[in-house]
Amino acid sequence: MSMLEIKNLHARVESKEILKGINLTVNKGEVHAIMGLNGSGKSTLANVLSGKDDYTVTEGEILFEGNDLLDMDPEERARAGVFMAFQYPVELPGVNNTYFLKAAANAIRKERGEEQLDAMDFMKLVREKLKVLEIGEDLLKREVNVGFSGGEKKRNEIFQMAVLNPSLAILDETDSGLDIDALRAVGHGVTKLRSADRAIVVITHYQRLLNYIEPDIVHVMMDGKIVRSGDKSLALQLENEGYAWLEEEVRSGLVTA
Amino acid sequence: MPTTPGAIEDFASQEYKYGFVSDIDAVAIPKGLSEDVVRMISSIKEEPEWLLEWRLKAYRHWLTMDSPVWPNVSYPTIDFQDIIYYSAPKPKIVLNSLDEVDPEMLIVFEKLGISLDEQKRLSGVAVDAVFDSVSVATTFKDKLAEMGIIFCSFSEAVKEHPELVKEYLGSVVPYSDNFFAALNSAVFSDGSFCYIPKGVRCPMELSTYFRINAKDTGQFERTLLIADEAATVSYLEGCTAPMRDENQLHAAVVELVAMKDATIKYSTVQNWYPGDKDGKGGIYNFVTKRGKCDGDNSKITWTQVETGSAITWKYPSCILKGDNSVGEFYSVALTNHKQQADTGTKMIHIGKNTRSTIVSKGISAGNGQNTYRGLVRINAGAEGARNYSQCDSLLIGDRCGAHTFPYIDVRNPSAQVEHEASTSKIGEDQIFYCNQRGISTEDAVNMIVNGFCKEVFRELPMEFAVEAQKLLGVSLEGSVG
Repeated sequence: MSMLEIKNLHARVESKEILKGINLTVNKGEVHAIMGLNGSGKSTLANVLSGKDDYTVTEGEILFEGNDLLDMDPEERARAGVFMAFQYPVELPGVNNTYFLKAAANAIRKERGEEQLDAMDFMKLVREKLKVLEIGEDLLKREVNVGFSGGEKKRNEIFQMAVLNPSLAILDETDSGLDIDALRAVGHGVTKLRSADRAIVVITHYQRLLNYIEPDIVHVMMDGKIVRSGDKSLALQLENEGYAWLEEEVRSGLVTA
Repeated sequence: MPTTPGAIEDFASQEYKYGFVSDIDAVAIPKGLSEDVVRMISSIKEEPEWLLEWRLKAYRHWLTMDSPVWPNVSYPTIDFQDIIYYSAPKPKIVLNSLDEVDPEMLIVFEKLGISLDEQKRLSGVAVDAVFDSVSVATTFKDKLAEMGIIFCSFSEAVKEHPELVKEYLGSVVPYSDNFFAALNSAVFSDGSFCYIPKGVRCPMELSTYFRINAKDTGQFERTLLIADEAATVSYLEGCTAPMRDENQLHAAVVELVAMKDATIKYSTVQNWYPGDKDGKGGIYNFVTKRGKCDGDNSKITWTQVETGSAITWKYPSCILKGDNSVGEFYSVALTNHKQQADTGTKMIHIGKNTRSTIVSKGISAGNGQNTYRGLVRINAGAEGARNYSQCDSLLIGDRCGAHTFPYIDVRNPSAQVEHEASTSKIGEDQIFYCNQRGISTEDAVNMIVNGFCKEVFRELPMEFAVEAQKLLGVSLEGSVG
């Protein structure tokens, strides 16, 4: 059974159709990159997967570990193991980062019938993950994303991913707004979190993040569809030659999805 | 696909958890207010002549006054002749221990989760329980008495310590202060009295639990707290009230006096019945609270968490008379459904180098209307006075309102006055962010609201802070669909 199976997915925002028949299968242990120009529907796909309001699925289905994902609330999806690293992580003023993460971890554990982590156990887990990701402990004392730089916000997302240990992680434009050092740090962090039990979907505009997170499969989205899939050389080709040649091929009907 | 339609909309539904009426027999006098009623109250309480005279002066002054119209709240006109001004549990012989307390009453306290017995055994909190206007049990009295601390019902203080009561009653809130203070002065039933002698640090949090019970009985509490030179005391006030249909008037007066080097911390968690979803029933909480920093280097801190009442009208204030004295006001006020709150503080700087801090957090949900109203006055002689005010409003949904009326009156050019204000809304994106981490919408709202209130909660004594957080959770339960 595949971890994620998307079949003929159509979705709209208000009356505008954005996704026009997505087909995608992701297996355990794989890293998929979804690339595409702005407006091609990449982020809409991420939002539909995580269950954000404002998107209406009009056709198709999504199976997550064999279950109907679209039938689940956002928090149910999260507890089932779907994690989204946000493009724009929101600030929660006054809410301590550690407290927030502990509430999340225990909500997920509760759903799975696992024991609740007490403060001691949780701190142990958290420190372990910080060490792996080479992030300083001051992050724990801060309020969720409040006053964080762009890079800190993204690293915090990856840190949350490490602690919550999802089976499917979707990284939505995690590279946007990062300078080269932050990009490297985030990229290395994600690579450390690769495992045989976890699938990762990296949504990005540029190839550069993929220098640090090497994808098994690269997909290109245009106008709400996946128009091309290939190995990492496809990403490099897009980096070197831009999207124009592919757009041209799509227009002239030479699409090989 | 599953949606959480208008996730922030429609905060509503929770029935009031502490709504029940216990049937302890109450002794009441007939409805209505007149000089005779004032005399009757005074005589039932076997009061000295001077106190009766004081009540009568207050009553006569009250007759010349009108109910204030400036608060940003609306309610039907109150018929003051349709209120019972005194009710007491059946008179009993003086009690020596909790065993002698009406068992029914103990059950009520059990329901509230504040059994005196438990309090006495476990928590080290001395409780002066005000039940329907008359204090029935006072604990830990002996221990406090050893240190010279007086903590008793107001009536008892009138009998046992008339010189103190006579000296300080009305010294901070004169009977002529305002309409509701005048009313209270005329008909106050009972309340708490506390005196901390020179240099004594009160070893425990002093606590009073109020409870309105008998039907149609307005509650007119009177609290007087005096911290003598270099004394320190922390006082907790918390209340719950039974569910009922008629509006109930609660017009309390609290007076604090801090002498030289004294510190008073007064914390309130207020959870009177707020009325149902449509605003029916609920308590009118029209309270006058004021503290006087009489001596140099004295300090008064008001911390309040206001989640109940249909209408809250309340401005715990500080008169900073002593040089270097400090006044603080930390407030969380929550209005849900049709609740209205007009609350804030007054900081009156008189002495030199006086300092005040105001942190107000207003939360509005449902159709709630929340108003902050505050005055910072720096008198001409208040050389070097400083004030910092911060007023934040949080909106949940799109049918509620937040209003801010800060008044600043500075008459000394050396003063520094700062005012910051913000209004924010719990965003769908904040809720979604929490959801995406596995946190339910309800928990997310609680977390965000508690984060918003953090600066106030950390001023509360530990166990009170926990209670306050729970209370906010209960008050907002079901409010996100």
